[in-house]
Amino acid sequence: MSVWVEGLVAALILIGAGFTLVGSIGLVRLQDVYTRLHGPTKATTLGVGGIILASLVFFTAQTGVLSVHEVLITLFLFITAPVSAHLLAKTAMHRQEKKVQSTRGEPWQQ
Amino acid sequence: MKRWLPSPMLSLMLWGLWLLLANDFSPGQMVLGVFFAWLIPVITEPFWLRRPRIVKPGKLVMFVLMVHRDILVANMAVAKLILSSPSQLRPAFVEVPLDTDNEFVITVLASVVSLTPGTVSADISADRRTLLVHGLDVEDSAALVASIKQRYEAPLKEIFGC
Repeated sequence: MSVWVEGLVAALILIGAGFTLVGSIGLVRLQDVYTRLHGPTKATTLGVGGIILASLVFFTAQTGVLSVHEVLITLFLFITAPVSAHLLAKTAMHRQEKKVQSTRGEPWQQ
Repeated sequence: MKRWLPSPMLSLMLWGLWLLLANDFSPGQMVLGVFFAWLIPVITEPFWLRRPRIVKPGKLVMFVLMVHRDILVANMAVAKLILSSPSQLRPAFVEVPLDTDNEFVITVLASVVSLTPGTVSADISADRRTLLVHGLDVEDSAALVASIKQRYEAPLKEIFGC
């Protein structure tokens, strides 16, 4: 494997890991359930995306055969992540979780 | 025909999905893929909601590309917000009135809203007319509603022709 490919894989992994880290920092720093929802469901989309791309490049370069089943991880993630975020939000509203003072608009009664 | 091949598009997608999952494009896997691609739609047909037809496939490709770009751009925006000053965020619940009553289109719209960082679709009204969206940092509620409608809902309605 050439230095260029290794560099590319390393860069993609770092980018992915960086965004995942930001998502986790968001969990700690954000104030209420609703804003915290944004951290893990979002920053991680790109986090996982970067790592998947790295895997795709690495295994394609190593075996010489185009490795594409990583794409499926993205697909399944795109289908399941919004559903879990939606259910978490609904549950939070049902439990009448506190929202930060500055929030405009009201959650719905469940 | 309808009974034994209820949805050719779904079959084609499942076939592609199987080949990707096996990560092996040998003839044996292709035949096995065809078997699953036939069997699964036949078995699951009764469970499906009314599924709209894709009227404009070209537009769908453009839409998928645009959503990917939005995810990329907005991801960085959210990362910046989280790292700089969480206390200065302007979170808001906004209500997005829906122009379509097709459940499939609403599901796709709600998913896209949740996938693009900065917004999560939190609930849908019982009459399927309003989507409740939570925004992480909203400057202008009306502008957010307008951008969701114009950027995502309008193209989806066009793609599925409803």
